[in-house]
Amino acid sequence: MTTQEKITFNVEEIRKQFPALHREVYGKPLIYFDNGATSQKPQIVIDTINRYYTSENANIHRGVHFLSQQATDAYEEARRIVQRFIHAQHEHEVIFTKGTTDGINLVASCFGELLTAGDEVIISGMEHHSNIVPWQMLCERKKLKLKVIPVLDNGELDLEAFEQLLSEATKLVAVTHISNTLGTINPVKWIIDKAHTAGAKVLIDGAQSIQHMPINVQELDCDFYVFSSHKVFGPTGTGVLYGKEAILNEMPPYQGGGDMIAKVTFEKTTYNELPFKFEAGTPHIIGGIATGTALHYLSSLDQEAIHGHETDLLNFTQERLLETEGVRIIGTAREKTSVVSFIVDGIHPFDIGTLLDKQGIAVRTGHHCTQPLMDRFGIPGTVRTSFAFYNTKAEVEVFLKALNRSIGMLR
Amino acid sequence: MTIEEKQQEIIDDFAIYDDWMDKYEYIIELGKDLPLIEESKKTDDRLIEGCQSRVWVASEFNNGKMHFTADSDAIITKGIIALLIRVLDGETPENIAKTDLHFIPAIGLQEHLSPTRANGLLSMVKRLKIAALEVLK
Repeated sequence: MTTQEKITFNVEEIRKQFPALHREVYGKPLIYFDNGATSQKPQIVIDTINRYYTSENANIHRGVHFLSQQATDAYEEARRIVQRFIHAQHEHEVIFTKGTTDGINLVASCFGELLTAGDEVIISGMEHHSNIVPWQMLCERKKLKLKVIPVLDNGELDLEAFEQLLSEATKLVAVTHISNTLGTINPVKWIIDKAHTAGAKVLIDGAQSIQHMPINVQELDCDFYVFSSHKVFGPTGTGVLYGKEAILNEMPPYQGGGDMIAKVTFEKTTYNELPFKFEAGTPHIIGGIATGTALHYLSSLDQEAIHGHETDLLNFTQERLLETEGVRIIGTAREKTSVVSFIVDGIHPFDIGTLLDKQGIAVRTGHHCTQPLMDRFGIPGTVRTSFAFYNTKAEVEVFLKALNRSIGMLR
Repeated sequence: MTIEEKQQEIIDDFAIYDDWMDKYEYIIELGKDLPLIEESKKTDDRLIEGCQSRVWVASEFNNGKMHFTADSDAIITKGIIALLIRVLDGETPENIAKTDLHFIPAIGLQEHLSPTRANGLLSMVKRLKIAALEVLK
C-alpha cells in the first residue's frame, strides 16, 4: 500500500485493534510477551475470517459459480498482497504453504531432489529445529553433508568460519534472518552474496523477520524466503514460500493431487504451472485471504515509527533487566530486534515462567526449539520475552516488577 | 492416614490461599524442604527428561511399602513432587496402583500434569505407578 497514506503510529490506538490484548488471565490484565511464538490478531483479520465463513465460503480455482469466483479472486489478490509486501518480481513466485516449517520441508524435498551424493548444505548453529531437521533428513536420504556455522559468544554468527565452510560442494545455505531465541539479526545480504559467489542457493527463514522489518526479496537476492502468517498478525496454518521463478520451475512438485496438475491420464500426468504446481489439494483458503488482510493492515502503518517503537522497547527492557541482580542476557549481538532471552543465576527458567504466568505475563521458557543453541551456551533454556509493536514500556515495567517478585520468592 | 485422608489434608491446606502467588509461595517452600534423592542415585535410568525441567525418581520396596525420593532442577516442579510423595510414600503397591490423584486438579495444579506441559511430572506419576505395578508382578 505504498500509495496509501500512512496512519500515524499511536500504540494505544493500535492496541484497540487487538481484542485479545484486553483480556485478563488469573484476574490480572494480560501482558503478552510471547510474540515470537505467535502474534495476536487485529480485529480486521478476525472480521475477514468471520465474514468468509459466514457468507463467502466456496472452493477456489474450479467453480463456475459466483461464490467460487469471488473466493478465487480474494485468494489470488492475497497472493498479490504478499508479492508486494516482500517485493517479489512475480506473483507466481509466492507459494502458499502451511507455515514456515512446511515451506522449509517443501524446499528440502523438492530442491533436495536436484542434489546428489557429496553435495553440501550449510545451516547455522542458531537455527530453529524446523530449519535443522528437514536438512538432516535430506542429507541422510541423499547422502549429503550438513555443515553448521558456529555461533559466537555474543550470539552472532561466526562469519569467518562460514567463509571457510563454503566451497564448490555447497549447494544450499539455509539460515535464519533473525534468531527466535537470541534476537540476533543476521547479515543475510552478505551471506547471500558470499553463497552466490560460491555457486550455492540460499534459503532465508523469515519467521522472525517478516513482522519486524521491511523485506525485499529482490534486493536481498535470496533464492527462497519462508514465513508463517500467524507470526505476522495472520491466522495459523498458513505461510508463504517465496522462490525465484527459475528455481521453482526446475524443482519437481511437492505433493500430488488436485490443483497441481495440468492433465491427468493413467499413463502420464503433466503438472500445472507456478504457483499451483506446489499447491496440491484445496488450500487453507481463508488462511491465504486473511494473510493478505494482515499484511495489508501492517502495510497501512508507519513502518519507521513501528521500528523505532520496537527498538525503544528492546533497549529499555535490556537496560532495566541488567539492573536486576543475577540476570544474564543470552544474545548480545550488535544487531538485535524484539527478543530478550535471559537466565537468572541459580533459578530455573521454568520456575520464573510459571510465576510470571500467574501474574498475567505470558513469556516463553525452555529451549525455544533451538536445543543445539542451548547446548552451545551450556544452559537448559532461557526465559524469553518477545515483543510486537503493540507492547508498551508500561507493560515492561509491570513485567520487571513481577520478575523481581518471582526472583524474591525463588531465592 | 489413608491416601484419601492425605489428599484431603492437602486440599484443606491449599484452601486457605485464594491468591495464586500465595499458593505458589507454599509450593516453593515444599520444594525447598523436599528430602533430596542421593546424588549417587541421580542416574540416567532414574531421569525423566521433560521438555523444560528434569526429574529424578528413585523407588524402594520395604516391608510391603513403597518409598520414593525425587529431585528436579526446577523448584516448583520439586514442590509438586513433594506433594505427590507426601500422598504416595509409605503406601502399599496395591494402593498406589489404584489411586486417583484427584487432589492435583482440586488445588488447581492440573496444568502441571497435562501432557503438553512437558515438565516431567506426568511421566513421574506414571513412573511411580509403574514402580508399584512392578512390585505387584
